[in-house]
Amino acid sequence: MAEPGGPLLSLRSVTKVFGEGDATVHALRGVDLDIHPGEFVAIMGTSGSGKSTAMNILGCLDVPSSGQYLVEGIPVEDLPADVLAALRNDRLGFVFQGFNLLPRTSALANVELPLVYADVPARERGRRARQALAEVGLAGREDAHPNQLSGGQQQRVAIARALINEPEVLLADEPTGNLDSRTSAEIMTLLSGLNRDRGITIVMVTHDVEIAEYAGRLVTFRDGGILSDQPRSAA
Amino acid sequence: MRITTTTGLAVAALLRAKMRSLLTTLGVVIGVAAVIIMQSMGTGATALVTGELSGLGSNMLMMIPGSAHGMGGPNRSAPLFTPADLEAIHRECPAVRYAASSNGRSARVVVGERNRSTNLLGTTAEYFDIRQWGTELGRTLSDDDQRQAAKVCVIGETIRNELFGAGVDPVGAEMRVHETSCRVIGVLEAKGASTFGQDQDDLVLMPASTFARRIMGDDKIGVVMLSAVSEDRIDEAKAQVESLMRQRRRILEGEEDDFTVRDMRELIALMGTVTGVLTSLLAGVAAVSLLVGGIGIMNIMLVSVTERTREIGIRLAVGARARDILAQFLVEAVVLSLLGGILGLLIGAGGSYAASRMLGIPFTLPPMAALLAVIVSVVVGVVFGVFPARKAAHLHPIEALRFE
Ligand SMILES: Nc1ncnc2c1ncn2[C@@H]1O[C@H](COP(=O)(O)OP(=O)(O)O)[C@@H](O)[C@H]1O
Ligand SMILES: [Mg+2]
Repeated sequence: MAEPGGPLLSLRSVTKVFGEGDATVHALRGVDLDIHPGEFVAIMGTSGSGKSTAMNILGCLDVPSSGQYLVEGIPVEDLPADVLAALRNDRLGFVFQGFNLLPRTSALANVELPLVYADVPARERGRRARQALAEVGLAGREDAHPNQLSGGQQQRVAIARALINEPEVLLADEPTGNLDSRTSAEIMTLLSGLNRDRGITIVMVTHDVEIAEYAGRLVTFRDGGILSDQPRSAA
Repeated sequence: MRITTTTGLAVAALLRAKMRSLLTTLGVVIGVAAVIIMQSMGTGATALVTGELSGLGSNMLMMIPGSAHGMGGPNRSAPLFTPADLEAIHRECPAVRYAASSNGRSARVVVGERNRSTNLLGTTAEYFDIRQWGTELGRTLSDDDQRQAAKVCVIGETIRNELFGAGVDPVGAEMRVHETSCRVIGVLEAKGASTFGQDQDDLVLMPASTFARRIMGDDKIGVVMLSAVSEDRIDEAKAQVESLMRQRRRILEGEEDDFTVRDMRELIALMGTVTGVLTSLLAGVAAVSLLVGGIGIMNIMLVSVTERTREIGIRLAVGARARDILAQFLVEAVVLSLLGGILGLLIGAGGSYAASRMLGIPFTLPPMAALLAVIVSVVVGVVFGVFPARKAAHLHPIEALRFE
């Protein structure tokens, strides 16, 4: 187990290579990054600099080509597939730029989804999903399908889904990328509230400097490596 | 994940594409319907044939000339039987209750202006006991008729209807049978058509002695019909007749019989193989359509896995295990094929009911057949659902999410 005070998530010399031969892409070229409990980290960087690749590895959705990813000091590569699934299910919440909600499925059912795989009984699922929707300001829209909701509302549903199992870490890859500035501000208020009031660790990728202002630390990527890593408290 | 949750998911997914789901099950519907019809008709036909054959009298035995190992049918060179053989059987075989001679040929029968070609049978009184045939009017042949070579005959329902007219009582009337004038003494109870469509009432019976003198010119016997004292003494009766005939014909130890005694159980077994062939034919049809149905399900499930790649990615991202995805798609395939099975069961039951009505076969739907239909369709769903389900379960979360 991890020593107290150690990082919650850490990347050690992580590389990621896609394709082979002429088509080889070095998405990550040796990244070292420690995320401590309770932090709110913003990741910025040009398009193609490897931000999403790093996020997918942090979210246990992908694995490094070399190097190590440790969760509470435990190398993820040693964990069996079912344990990884459980990790995604109740310790990590993921929010995507494109929302990734199930189409033709109600907001309530979308939010319930992680609980289905946690073997929570149907009644309990409904109760908790309703509550989670209310917390993101969507009480009354339980039966709406994604195509009946605005972008901001869809992202709120996705956040409710990511939070339903009370994870320690929320990973958000350009959560406001598809939203207008007013809606973006609402989403950011929601996220910083979660970080401040519930102590949820947040790692968020963004292109927008104003959005990055909400975070306490700014990590900048370039060409598959980390260009700078500094606290934002100065601002 | 719980099985009820998985099943709920599967049903919801199938309901989203009702028409496609219905069409996909078609192959299984046909396959299972064929299984049901096969079971139902098979049992029905077997019941009918064995019923008809045991209607012949299940204690019945039949002795024909020729070796049992010959190329089937009576052997021409093998000697026929004699009235003395028949008397000896009566005298010396205690397990034999009745024995009667039976010689048949076709003959023209004439009454006034009307005439008809029919089956003429020369036989003795006990023939009616062996076949358990009674008369509707008048009486059957007697021992006296045989002793006196009386010019009398018993006729079937069809002969009465065709030559005398339906409802007419012909007892006492004269009828010309192949140049001989006979007096009608009885009309047999109507038996209708046999399974094979033969009119069993189109016949005339006369005493064997009369048949020998007036028709054939000799008293050789082609077939001896026998009846055992009881069903459990059939083998004994058969053995007694065989040993008596070997003795009378001076067949040495180790030499083959030049006659054959058959019992009805062998005939029933033979009919069993005939219906067995029909059943396996239907089984073939069932197997092929189940295979086609299974491939149809596999195909649509593969399409469905591809269409729902992003959905699978989302599920994996929120913590579904490979086995949850496997279960989801496998259950979907099984629900689909079970739906086909139930539709097939209904259609099969309706089809066999209609067919049995048309063919005059008793309608039976063995409970085993219904159970079989359900089992078969579940098995088809599992067998053909596993491949697409495994494909879905082994998707990589990020690749699935990036799929357009
Ligand atoms: N699955 C993949 N296959 C091939 N190349 C990929 C894949 N994912 C990302 N890449 C490439 O890796 C590089 C980094 O991508 P990404 O991490 O998505 O960048 P960012 O999110 O910073 O824009 C890009 O050049 C991208 O084209
Ligand atoms: Mg990206």
